[in-house]
Amino acid sequence: MKKIINSILFTCVALSLFGQLDKGDILIKNGTVITITNGVLEETDVLIQNGKITRIGKNLRTPSGTKEVDATGMHVMPGIIDAHSHIAIDAVNEATNPVTAEVFTGDAINPLDISIYRALAGGVTSSHAMHGSANAIGGQCETIKHHYGSYNPEDLRMVGAPRTIKFALGENPMRVHGEGRGIQPRTRMGVEQVFRKAFSEAKVYMKAWEKYNNEKNTNPKASAPEYSYRLQTLADILTGDVIIHCHSYRADEILMLMNVCKDFGIKRLCFQHVNEGFKVAPELAEFGATASVFADWWAYKFEVYYSTAYNASILTRNGVVTSINSDSGELIRHLYHEAGKTQRYGDLSDNEALSLITINPAKQLGVEDRIGSLEVGKDGDVAIFKGHPLSVYAIPQMTIVDGIVRFDINMDPADVRMDVNPEEDLPAFFLEVKEYDNCMQGVHHQHLFFHRH
Amino acid sequence: MKFTIKILAFLMLGLSTLSTYGQQVSKPVRGTFALTNATIETITNGSVQGTLVIENGNISAIGPNVAIPPDAKVVDCSGLFVYPGLIDGGTQLGLVEVSSVSLTADANEIGDIKPEMQALTAVNPNATAIPVTRVEGVTTTLVAPVGGTIPGTASLINLVGYTPDQMFAGFKGVVVNYPSAGRRGRRDRRTDEERKKQEEKQLKKLNDLWDNLSLYHKLDSAAKAGSGEDLDYNPKMEALLPVIRGEMPILLEVNQASAIESAIKWVGEKKVKAIFTGVAEGWRVADKIAAANIPVVTGPVFSMPTRTSDRYDTPYANAGKMHKAGVKVAIRSNDTENVRNLPYNAGFAAAYGMGKEAALKAVTIVPAEIFGVADRLGSLEKGKSATLFVTDGDPFETKTHVKHLFIDGWNVPLDSRHIRLYNEFLERSPGLEK
Repeated sequence: MKKIINSILFTCVALSLFGQLDKGDILIKNGTVITITNGVLEETDVLIQNGKITRIGKNLRTPSGTKEVDATGMHVMPGIIDAHSHIAIDAVNEATNPVTAEVFTGDAINPLDISIYRALAGGVTSSHAMHGSANAIGGQCETIKHHYGSYNPEDLRMVGAPRTIKFALGENPMRVHGEGRGIQPRTRMGVEQVFRKAFSEAKVYMKAWEKYNNEKNTNPKASAPEYSYRLQTLADILTGDVIIHCHSYRADEILMLMNVCKDFGIKRLCFQHVNEGFKVAPELAEFGATASVFADWWAYKFEVYYSTAYNASILTRNGVVTSINSDSGELIRHLYHEAGKTQRYGDLSDNEALSLITINPAKQLGVEDRIGSLEVGKDGDVAIFKGHPLSVYAIPQMTIVDGIVRFDINMDPADVRMDVNPEEDLPAFFLEVKEYDNCMQGVHHQHLFFHRH
Repeated sequence: MKFTIKILAFLMLGLSTLSTYGQQVSKPVRGTFALTNATIETITNGSVQGTLVIENGNISAIGPNVAIPPDAKVVDCSGLFVYPGLIDGGTQLGLVEVSSVSLTADANEIGDIKPEMQALTAVNPNATAIPVTRVEGVTTTLVAPVGGTIPGTASLINLVGYTPDQMFAGFKGVVVNYPSAGRRGRRDRRTDEERKKQEEKQLKKLNDLWDNLSLYHKLDSAAKAGSGEDLDYNPKMEALLPVIRGEMPILLEVNQASAIESAIKWVGEKKVKAIFTGVAEGWRVADKIAAANIPVVTGPVFSMPTRTSDRYDTPYANAGKMHKAGVKVAIRSNDTENVRNLPYNAGFAAAYGMGKEAALKAVTIVPAEIFGVADRLGSLEKGKSATLFVTDGDPFETKTHVKHLFIDGWNVPLDSRHIRLYNEFLERSPGLEK
């Protein structure tokens, strides 16, 4: 009984703490404001009204009724963006076919996932909730905002963000389909043909619909082609409505997908993981493809054996728009630290390093006009740090999403669960030292030897 | 003609590949060195401005006014800092090359009780990850087998040398996974009851093993004293004899609070020398660990809270909370290819309550003491091994760079596959042209 009362009490506390899902008003006073796009402004205020940044300047007047936050001595930066994660979704892989463009992680959003809060406690306000890497053409992904506290999955969607889709090259689709199911692709040659076949079929599909749409008003006998959400999604990639985010590691397969995209006129392409991106950085830059990488993960599988932690720096120096992602409920908690590693490995400047977790992932998700820097007119997504965010000693103090405080270290209850099992004395103990297999979540074990990424 | 050029180019490529094959990184050299004008962070005797002299593999002098031997190579360390090599109290470095390629992974032998499995046997001195690790200042690692109730015997190694014996740093311990009813991860679908049953079964197995071991010890002592029969070949018991004799500690991997409490009792009952490892929920029972006077190697600091109800920062704060309660705490990465992140594990522990000084000790002198090698490693003192690195700043900060590296007196070049790939590809040639 006590447990039940506790959980009800907590829910009330949580609701009052997190407030309503209206867009918030807040004035962050006197911080060191790292804008990303317009330099670092000392002793500067940031005013957020109705969820949007309305003013950045010194000694701003507090509009009546607006909450004030004293950021004296603190660093104020744009909310961190993770271009590759699997938090806040209940399903990751539809590992039943090499092509599953019809499925959508946005149909499996779980607003109760504790990982959302933990990400907020690391300053992360948005993430790209991705399909896994079991299929050459996986499912569509959802760009979410970390409104932890809401029970409604709809509140997490970043309305207006472009559609994205997960592709995958190399070992994972080869292992799941070739080795696991005895069907194409078993090799990197097969992976290429999966794309060429899928896009060719999509072109036929588009033509059939075009023909029907052209004649349906004049020809009463015209009949509509059979609708296929799979083919329609592929068609939407061809028309540029959907951005490809492709799990990839080796240089040859990266070049392959760029060639396929060139042949089909596809321009919006972000490579994920892309451990050997550094080897083809000039080609990536020429194509205009972007890269979302790990700071230092390597050697967990053969296709990442010839990696270097200098990847992000080499890509950046070659003009490739690069981000650092987590792909992990653990790493997402300290992306600011992961970005800092590019200063050890390649001497990126503070602003270059912080761009890897702010404006650059925003560009990769097609939302750079909304988030990723502190500018008037942009969303009120802010992370406040004690210490410089690239220092190992930095501690996130407050994280604001659309003007609403979603994490405050000074009002941080020990237990922030939203789904409490009143039967439980103490919640279950989980020991998960490493999380290397998120991209392969939901894939049956028989398909895998070791199932990392 | 074009074809001939292609063949020539191919042959030359082949030759250049051949000439570098086997040569992973440039060679370490030994000699007499004087690191001058340095800020020397001794760990045990504060910070010293001056010179550190390396001779015959050891530190022969430290101080503001020390005589520089005439044959010494002088390394000007103005504006730089000298630290003792960082010690990682738990890794699989060298045992696993590529973890998903099972035939390159030597950490987990078949069987449940296998103390005779020696990590030192399977350490690959030429593992690609070894240079990658040491160039970031991690010079010494405990290499531990995994899997089963007793995965095998772990060894401490220095990250220089061409044979495991050259690398051996003077400590071995038998790894024991203490039974626990905790879930191993989200995929662990066993019911509470099943897990509890399995825990009891495993604990019984461990206790039975210890009963057999006591008996074996008595028979062995009698045989050695000439008053009993020679014993049959029993590698498992042989490997455990040093433990029951009190000559070798066990590395008892235990994480769940209730299991830690149970393990404290078990260690007391069996009168075994134990080092607790993992200890993810140590913060819940820190006073009890302190009272039992059992040293701890905890980590990784970069891990998830063990319960959904826990504060987000419990893994960051765990080491500091145990330290404050009086537990002797070292920090490990528990990693394979990214043991280089040990200083960042320590940095996060420092930020979340442990403080810089204690965190630095937790990756230097404390693990050296726990492993009984503090006479050689863990601090910068005259007579100790010249295992140290020179930086341009705080070794926990990502902005800092390692400038010089010495392991066991060897001046190790700052060279690794990661650095070589950087040098080759930062400005690739040819670039876009054919």
